Amino acid sequence: MIFGIDVASILLGGISAGMVLFIVSVGLSVTMGLMGFVNLAHGSFAMLGGYVIVICMNQIGLGFAPALVLGFVITAAVSVVFERLLYQRLYRAGELDQVLFTIGLIFIFIAVVTLVIGPESQPFTLPPALRGQLNLGFTEYRTYSIFLIGFGVVVVVALWLGFERTRIGAQIRATVDNRRMAESIGINTDRLFVLTFALGSGMAGLGGGLGAEFLGLDPQYALKYLVYFLIAVSVGGLGTVTGVFYASLLIGVLDFTLKLYLPKGGTIFIFVLTILLLLWRPQGLFKRPT
Amino acid sequence: MSSAGTPAAEPRPDIATSVYPAARLLARRHRPQWWEAIPWILALAFYFAFPDYLGFGVELLVTVLFALSLDLALGYAGIITLGHAAFFGAGAYTVGLLAFHGIWSEPITSLVLAAVVAGLVGLASGLVLLRTTGLTLLMLTLCTMALLEEAANMAHDYTGGFDGLPSLEIPPLLGWFEFNPLYANTQYLYTLVVLLVCFVFVRTLVYSPFGQSLTGIRENMLRMHAVGTPVRKRLILCYSISAAIAGIAGGLWAQNNAYVNLSALGLDRAATVLIILILGGYGRLYGAFIGAVVYLVLSHFLAQVYPTAWQLGLGLLLVAIALFARNGILGFADQIWRRVQARRGAT
Repeated sequence: MIFGIDVASILLGGISAGMVLFIVSVGLSVTMGLMGFVNLAHGSFAMLGGYVIVICMNQIGLGFAPALVLGFVITAAVSVVFERLLYQRLYRAGELDQVLFTIGLIFIFIAVVTLVIGPESQPFTLPPALRGQLNLGFTEYRTYSIFLIGFGVVVVVALWLGFERTRIGAQIRATVDNRRMAESIGINTDRLFVLTFALGSGMAGLGGGLGAEFLGLDPQYALKYLVYFLIAVSVGGLGTVTGVFYASLLIGVLDFTLKLYLPKGGTIFIFVLTILLLLWRPQGLFKRPT
Repeated sequence: MSSAGTPAAEPRPDIATSVYPAARLLARRHRPQWWEAIPWILALAFYFAFPDYLGFGVELLVTVLFALSLDLALGYAGIITLGHAAFFGAGAYTVGLLAFHGIWSEPITSLVLAAVVAGLVGLASGLVLLRTTGLTLLMLTLCTMALLEEAANMAHDYTGGFDGLPSLEIPPLLGWFEFNPLYANTQYLYTLVVLLVCFVFVRTLVYSPFGQSLTGIRENMLRMHAVGTPVRKRLILCYSISAAIAGIAGGLWAQNNAYVNLSALGLDRAATVLIILILGGYGRLYGAFIGAVVYLVLSHFLAQVYPTAWQLGLGLLLVAIALFARNGILGFADQIWRRVQARRGAT
C-alpha cells in the first residue's frame, strides 16, 4: 500500500509547501547575502503579513487577492521603519549582537501579537474558488496546492528576471559579491538594502498568508518555523534566488514525503541532510564557490 | 577587553615588570582580586538568609555553571553557537538514563560520566562543525541540537520521549546527605561546591597560555594562524571542555530535579543561556553570575504573573543591549567606572 499513494500527489503536495517556503525565505537570503545580517526575525515579518491577510479577510471582509496585496504592502512598510530605525545601526556589529537583537525582536513580535490579538490560532478559510479538487488530466489534486505552485512559479520567474535582467538586480548581485567594490563604483548600497529589505519582508508577509492554511497562524509562528527558513537559506546559498528556490522545493518534498511515511521523527533526516550538505558545501548547495 | 595577540601573560625574567606598568598588569592579571570572593560569600549568605528559596537558588547556580561553560566557548574563543543546550541535554540524559534504568546513580561519579559523555559529544561535533564559521556554524550548531532533541524524542522506549524520565532515584551524597525534594539544602551546597570547582578550573584555564591563545583566536584568527598557533585544535579542545562543563550543569540539573525531559535540549534553553551570558557580559567570567541572577530573579517574579509582559520586556531589553550596551551589564559598569576614573584623573 505504501506505493499506492501516487508519486504525483506527493510531488504536488511537497512542491506547493516548498513554494511557500521559498516565498518566505527568499527575502532572508538576499538580505543576508547583501549585508551579512543574521536576521532571525524574518519569520516575524512572515507572521505579521499572515495576520494582516487573515484579519483583512475575516474581520474586514476583503477578498483573498486584495488581502494579499495589503499584506505585502503593510509588511513591507513596517519592515522599512524597522530597518531605518534599528537594523541599520547594527550592520557593522558582530553576528552575536545581530542574533541577540533579532531574538529580542522575535520576543517583541510574539508578545505584541499575543497582547493585541490573542494567543489563539487564527482560522483561515479559503475563498470558494480555491477550494475542492482540480482535475489535471493525469491526476486530481487540491486546487489550492495547484494555485500555490502556479503563484510560486510566477514569483520565481519575476524575481529571476528582476535579479538577472534589470539594472537594480545587477547592482544587488554586485553588492552581494563585493560590497566595498560596489560602493567604490558608486552603487548606493544603503538605498539598495532598504529596497531589498522591504521587498523581502513583503514577500515573507505574503508567504505567511499563503501558508496559513497548512502552517497555521499563532503568535509562536515567528519562532516555530525559523529553523526551516534558515535551512532553506543556508542550503540554497546566501544571496541567491534560484538556489533558495531549489533548496525550498527539496525541503518541501522531503518534509512532505517523510511526514507521510515516517510520521514520528521524520524531521531528523532533514537535520542530518542539512548538516551533511553544509559540511560538504558550506557556502550553500547552489552557490558557486568564490 | 584589550586583546593580547600573543600569549603574553608569562613574565620573562629580562623584563623588569616593576618598571613597565603594562607588563606588570599582564603578569598579575591572573591573581585573585579581593572582590572575587563576593559572589561566593553572597551565595553562602543566600543559604542562611532564604531557606525557603533554596530550590530557586539551586536553579540559579546550575544556570550560572551552564552560562560559564558557554562563556568559555563564546566569550573567550569566539565560537558563536546557538546549540549549547545540546551538551546540557547530553549530560542531563546521561545522568537520567543511568539512574532511571538502575545502572548507576551515585551522584558524583554520575556527574563525571555526564561530563565525559557531553565532552565526547562536543569533541565529535566540534571536529566536524568547527571547520566552518559565521552563519554556517550557527546553523550547524542549531541543527546538531535539533538532531539530538529529535533523537531523544524518537528513542521513546529509553528516554520517555516528550514526557521524559520522571522520579529518578538519586542515592544520598557521599552515602550521607539525602536529596530532599522539599528542602534543597543538600542540593544547594552540593551544586555550590561543584560550581566553585568548575569555576576555579575555568578561571585557571582562561588565564593560562592556552586561554590567552583562545582570546587571540577570537580577536584575529588569521594572525594566530600566521604565528603558528594550531587554531583548529585549540578551538576543538576548548569546545569539548566547554561541552563537558555544560554536561556537568545538565547532570546537576537532572539530579536536583530528579527528572529529565526534552526541555533540557531545546532551542529555548540554548537561547536563554545565550541571553543570560550576553546580558551579564561575555568574555569576563563573572558575566555568567550577574546575567543569571538578573535574568532568573526577573523571570521568577515577573514571568509567572505577567508572562506576555515579561516576554515583551525581555525583547525590549535584548534590543536595548544589542544597540546600546554591547558588553552587557558588566561591560556597561566597566565603561562607567572608567569614565569616573578618567574624570578623577583629569581634575
